[in-house]
Amino acid sequence: MTDLRKTVAIVGVDESDEIGKVPDKSNLQHHAEAAHNALDDAGMSMKDVNGLFTAGTSTLNLAEYLGIEPSFTDTTAVGGSSFIIHIAHAMAAINAGYCDVALVTHGEAGRSRRSRPGGDAADPGSQFESPYGFLGAPINYAMAARRYMHQYGEDKTRQAMAEVAVATRKWAQLNPKAYMQDDMTFDDYHDSRWISWPFHLLDCCLVTDAGGAYVITSAERARDAKKKPVWVLGAAESHDHNLISQMPDLTRTVAKNTGPSALERSGVTHDDIDLAMIYDSFTYTVLATLESLGFCGPGEAPDFVANQRTAPGGDFAMNTSGGGLSYTHSGMYGMFLVLEAVRQLRGECGDRQLDDPKLCLINGTGGSLSSTGTTVLAVD
Amino acid sequence: MAYNKPIPVPQGESDVYWQKAKEKELWLRYCNGCEEAYFYPTDFCRNIECATPRDTKWVKASGKATLFTYGIVQRAPHPGFVDDVPFVTAVVELEEGPKMPTNIVIEDPTPENLQIGMALEVVFEDITDELALPKFKPV
Repeated sequence: MTDLRKTVAIVGVDESDEIGKVPDKSNLQHHAEAAHNALDDAGMSMKDVNGLFTAGTSTLNLAEYLGIEPSFTDTTAVGGSSFIIHIAHAMAAINAGYCDVALVTHGEAGRSRRSRPGGDAADPGSQFESPYGFLGAPINYAMAARRYMHQYGEDKTRQAMAEVAVATRKWAQLNPKAYMQDDMTFDDYHDSRWISWPFHLLDCCLVTDAGGAYVITSAERARDAKKKPVWVLGAAESHDHNLISQMPDLTRTVAKNTGPSALERSGVTHDDIDLAMIYDSFTYTVLATLESLGFCGPGEAPDFVANQRTAPGGDFAMNTSGGGLSYTHSGMYGMFLVLEAVRQLRGECGDRQLDDPKLCLINGTGGSLSSTGTTVLAVD
Repeated sequence: MAYNKPIPVPQGESDVYWQKAKEKELWLRYCNGCEEAYFYPTDFCRNIECATPRDTKWVKASGKATLFTYGIVQRAPHPGFVDDVPFVTAVVELEEGPKMPTNIVIEDPTPENLQIGMALEVVFEDITDELALPKFKPV
C-alpha cells in the first residue's frame, strides 16, 4: 500500500455557534455555522473548498446551501463513524488530485427535532427487528452489553461501565462547551433510572443539538495555514453487519481490524498513543472498542479502565472533551472526536489540556456497533 | 386498542416466512450448498464462500431455541410500546443454528428470570388479519 503518512493535514475545526439545546436551528444551519467557523480557524473561506463530505444529508443538499460546486463529493453514511471515515476518503481524494481543500461537516438538531428511527419498509430491519421494538441505539446496544456481561462477568462489567461514566464526566467539567457540568458520583451512576437493562440513564450518551466541521488539505497548502498542521498518519475503515441480531460477535467490533490497520499504516504502536478519542455512545461501546482496538485483550477492559485510569490525572488519557456521554452527542457523534483530537494536539484545551501530546488515535463507531473508522493524527 | 407497533411488510423473498407464521409455523431459508439454514430469508445465501448461493429452499424449523442475549426495555422507543414496558428484546439461537431477533414472552421480566442459554420455544402473536409475529417463551 502507498505510504500516505503526512500527505494531508487537518487545518481547521469548530462547532456550530451554539451547541446543546438550540431549538430554533435546523440541521443545515448547524452544518453551515460549523463550516464557516472551521474555515475561519483554517484561515480559509468557502471559496477555497473543492471537496465536500458529509453524512446524514446528501452533499447535493449541503453544497447548494453552502454555495459550493465541488470537484469531489462524498456522502458516505455509515452512522456516527462516518466523519472519521471521511478523513480517509479525503486523504485518498486529495492524493489522487480530485480536490485539495476538503470540507467535512455535520449538523443535527438531535434534541429539538428528534426523528424516530425508521427506514424502507422492505429493508430487513423493518421486517425482522422493528416489529419487536428493536428501535434505537439504547435497545440494540443493551443486548450487546448483556452478552459481554455473560461472557466476562456481570459485576465486573457493571463496575467498568460506572468507571467510564464517572471519569468522562470529570473531563466534561473541564470543558466549558460540555452540556453536563454537575458532579457525578458512583452512587449517582448506580441510582440512575433504567433505560434498557443493563443500561442506566448514565450509561447512555446525551442527545443534543450540535454541528461540527473540519477542513483537511494537502501538505503543501497545510504549511500555509493559520495554525500548525495536524497531520493524518493513517486510517482504516470497515463494517461487518447492520442489524444487531446479525453482529458476528456482540463483544468485538470491526475496530479489531481497523485499529491494527490504522496503526500499521501510521507506523506507530499502541504504546506511542498520547490520547485516545473513543466513540462513547454508551459506556459499553468504550469497553468493546478498547479491546477490539487491541489496547487490551478480550474481557480485559474492566481492568484496563479500573480506578479512574481514564479520568483527568489518570495514566490513559481518553475522551478529554467529556465525550458523547457528557459533552455533546447530536446523534452522529464522530465529528466531535476529531475536533477534540485536533485541539489537544494544537494545545488549545485550557484546563483539560494534556501535556504536549504528539499522537492521537481516534475511533468512531456507527450503526449498531456496525461500522468503525480508525485514524491516527500527529503534530510535529 | 388498535395495534400500532411497526408492522412487517412481507417481500417476495420472505412471503413464505410470513404465510407460515400465520399458520403458527416457523420456516427458514436453507442453502443446499452450505447445508445450513439461515436467517433472515433472502433469495441468495449470504456465505461468500458458497459456490451455489441461489440454490436455496424453505425448511420448517423445530421452533426450539436458546436465549443468546437480551435487554429489558424500560422506556418505550415508540408509542406502540408504551403499554408493554418493561418488555424483553432478545436474540435467540435457533436449534437449526441461525440467530434471530425476537421478544421473550414472560410474566415477570427480570434479569433473574432471564438466564442466557435458557430453553425457549416459539409462540405466535396475531397482529393483523394477515400477519403473526414469532416470539419465544421459556419452556
